[in-house]
Amino acid sequence: MSEQAPQREITNMTPYLSAAIEDEVPGPPLSSSSGSIGDKIYGAITFLASLTIFVIIIWIASSLGWQSLPVFKQFGFSYITGSVWDDGQKQFGILPYIFGTLYSSFIALLIAVPISLGTAIFLSEMAPPWIRTPVTFLVELLAAIPSVVYGLWGIFVLLPFLRQYVMEPIGASPLGKFPLFSGFTAGPSMLAAGVILAIMILPFITAVSRDILRAIPRAQREASYGLGSTKWEAISQVVLPFARSGIIGAVILGLGRAFGETMAVTMVIGNQSPQTPSGVSFSLFEPGYTMSSALANKFTEASAGLNTAALVGIGFILFFVAIIVNILARTLVYYTARDVQGGK
Amino acid sequence: MSTQNLAPETLSHDALSKRDGNLVGRQFKNNLMLGLCIVAAGIGLLSLFLVLYFLASQGLRYMSWNLFTKLPDAVEPKLGGVANSLLGTLLLLLGACLFALPIGILGGIYQLEAKGPFANLVRFMTDVLNGIPSIVIGIFVYAVWVYPVSQSNPGKGFSVFAGAFALGIMMIPLIMRTTEEMLRLVPGTMREASLGLGATRWRTMWSVVLPIAKGGVITGIMLSLARVAGETAPLLFTILGSEFYPSMQPVNFLGMSFSIPVFNEPVDALPLRVYKYASGPDTDQNNQAWATALILISLVLIFSVAARFATKSNIEEK
Amino acid sequence: MRYKSETKIMAQDTKIDMSRSVSANRNGVEAPPARVKVKAEGVDFYYGGFHALKNVNIRIGERQVTALIGPSGCGKSTFLRTINRMNDLIDGTRLTGALTLDGRDIYDKSVDVVHLRKRVGMVFQKPNPFPMSIYDNICYGPRIHGTRGRAELDELVEASLKGAALWEEVKDKLKKSAFALSGGQQQRLCIARAIAVKPDVILMDEPCSALDPNSTFRVEELISELKEQYTIIIVTHNMQQAARVSDYTGFWLLGELKEFAPTEQLFSQPAVKETEDFVRGRFG
Repeated sequence: MSEQAPQREITNMTPYLSAAIEDEVPGPPLSSSSGSIGDKIYGAITFLASLTIFVIIIWIASSLGWQSLPVFKQFGFSYITGSVWDDGQKQFGILPYIFGTLYSSFIALLIAVPISLGTAIFLSEMAPPWIRTPVTFLVELLAAIPSVVYGLWGIFVLLPFLRQYVMEPIGASPLGKFPLFSGFTAGPSMLAAGVILAIMILPFITAVSRDILRAIPRAQREASYGLGSTKWEAISQVVLPFARSGIIGAVILGLGRAFGETMAVTMVIGNQSPQTPSGVSFSLFEPGYTMSSALANKFTEASAGLNTAALVGIGFILFFVAIIVNILARTLVYYTARDVQGGK
Repeated sequence: MSTQNLAPETLSHDALSKRDGNLVGRQFKNNLMLGLCIVAAGIGLLSLFLVLYFLASQGLRYMSWNLFTKLPDAVEPKLGGVANSLLGTLLLLLGACLFALPIGILGGIYQLEAKGPFANLVRFMTDVLNGIPSIVIGIFVYAVWVYPVSQSNPGKGFSVFAGAFALGIMMIPLIMRTTEEMLRLVPGTMREASLGLGATRWRTMWSVVLPIAKGGVITGIMLSLARVAGETAPLLFTILGSEFYPSMQPVNFLGMSFSIPVFNEPVDALPLRVYKYASGPDTDQNNQAWATALILISLVLIFSVAARFATKSNIEEK
Repeated sequence: MRYKSETKIMAQDTKIDMSRSVSANRNGVEAPPARVKVKAEGVDFYYGGFHALKNVNIRIGERQVTALIGPSGCGKSTFLRTINRMNDLIDGTRLTGALTLDGRDIYDKSVDVVHLRKRVGMVFQKPNPFPMSIYDNICYGPRIHGTRGRAELDELVEASLKGAALWEEVKDKLKKSAFALSGGQQQRLCIARAIAVKPDVILMDEPCSALDPNSTFRVEELISELKEQYTIIIVTHNMQQAARVSDYTGFWLLGELKEFAPTEQLFSQPAVKETEDFVRGRFG
């Protein structure tokens, strides 16, 4: 279809026609020492400032690693797989804490992901502007509320509610026989931790997902409607697949927050390992620990030496999990942003 | 052309109406799923609304002037206040700004000017540092400062300095990213105009780009303050908490004498106070926790509103 | 907003190549008679407070190519998008009057837009393939409308791509991403995607404005071929294009349909002064 014009051949170079023009006289130098020194200093200072990021990350990794080295040396892998934490006996195993972090985050995602996705779809695809604007503002506002305040709310609003309307009725019913609902019905529990985490990451996942959905070109939706799709078909088959990796990234970022979240969880989880040999229980009603809540709680009574090293070790593990989760999520979000631009 | 089988389908009599077997099913699914989205949004928004409702109502109920003017009262908690915590929080934020601002803004400028894989890596790592849990930053400062100092110097270590250091580390990536974004909003033509007149790069940045983006940079600073003002976990490991006002020390500077806060002693902060009062058994303290939380949120909101205002006024100037 | 400013006229092609258009419209001044497919009677359309279409009356014939021309913001695209109710997606729009497809009111309460849009396909200004394979792009419409059989879909994909004169170019890479195609190929893919749902009417909203001359030529050829089976309504900024491809042409100005006539006649003997100014390029 598009025929290339044959390349014009350059047979003979025209001789350099400069006979009428005299050779140049060297002028003043084009470089100026003052300006370039200024720019060099400017470049160096800003470069050093940005290097701080690397310095901080490496410093955190090395200092936490160094300080926790004694506990890794003494216990090795059983630091991670051990179930007993006993200051007096100098026994330090953090399996229950790792489990608590994973389990509470899992419960949180289970609750928060469908709700935030639904909310994001509602805000981006369905809501009229007079609802969208104030609700978006509300969501942003809640993303800014400090964790300790959620914890306060958790203690005085969520715990009594869960106790009265969820835990006691279920505990009294035949359902209470199931292992999932065994244990106390006092309030502070894995369930409470999961719910408060869900409420906390809800605004975050909603806001990020909504932004991603809004970024999807209008032309994509129109193409789908133009072919006679219903609204849900356009959302589920065009909009969501387009946004998929970005939304997964948002969820992973939310997961990262849940992993590291400390105060709110500490205030409602009960801070007590379940009374099982492994220190692990899948019951939603049992109290528990997460890595960060254990850190926050045990810290005050920690003595110097191995005990402190064991605590710092928890921080060290949290740090690495956070780095991995973040790199994963950022990469996903980055590639979605690129794809979305490519699709315009 | 073989488009015979693409001929328009013959029309039924009611061709445009809703009565169509396939369509009924699709419409049902459509309504069901969209309905579920609305239900999800309802649940989500209701829970978020409940958080705000209790904060506002309980907070206002127990708010009193004493909170702003008095120290905590161990004997009669009801009559005490959280003035020391409020001062402590402001002091910590000031300390954090002292070192996070220059590093953050200069780093942001670098991210704007630099290109290539290394600059991308810096941006990426900035985001990663941003995602590190605050408690890790807390235990880090504990490990490199509080613990070593208290080992060699019992009673020292927990301090304004340690807390400000932890908060500052959290602010740096936030400020870097927002600074870069805000500077990027300045049209490239402005920078080119200045460079085209023979100005050096730092001249251009200092006299052209930064003044235009000033509001945006302030917005970034305010947002980062809003973000760290409520942080509790890092403070747990660094400032210990205190029942008294931050101590002051007199200094002589160029013949003038005045007092500055002591940076190496424990201090209190609003979020720490909320935590302490909320987890304690005393009902009066529990109630004060709500009011203190409201003060803390107001502070966060002031920073957020200031952030918006800074950008707004900047745009209006243009 | 694009509907507000009327200042710029896009009449870059001031000279109409009459010899070309005569050869394209072999029928001479009289366009072929046809049954009415789409009919507007006293249609007014509003974006909030803005009166975008004013008392539009038009009868568009079946299996003909009808071109809508006029300066930017004259309402021609708005009118096009009322026919498959694409404007419903914009908040605060309102239509009065009667707009019918085969004698049935498009804006009647009982009308299902999903069904309407299945019968009135659309090709957009910029190619907008989905981020899927070429194959899945074509199958998207048939699948949502209930076609599941593998063999049936394969056949449909081949027929649609042949119908859009794209088959030869892509038959070996049906599973490749649609984004890998050139702009012109993407637009023909979008046309193939539209005809795969077997519509009666195809709306084209400046389908060539984002394409290079060569791709434009291919799409125009395609339009002439598709006319055998489909009613085509095309909005274009390019008057030469209107002259080349259409049987009837409507000239729009400030939300009004100023003149509607067989294409030859509209370009050679415009009845209205504004039309003449516009097609002669004197309109400013």
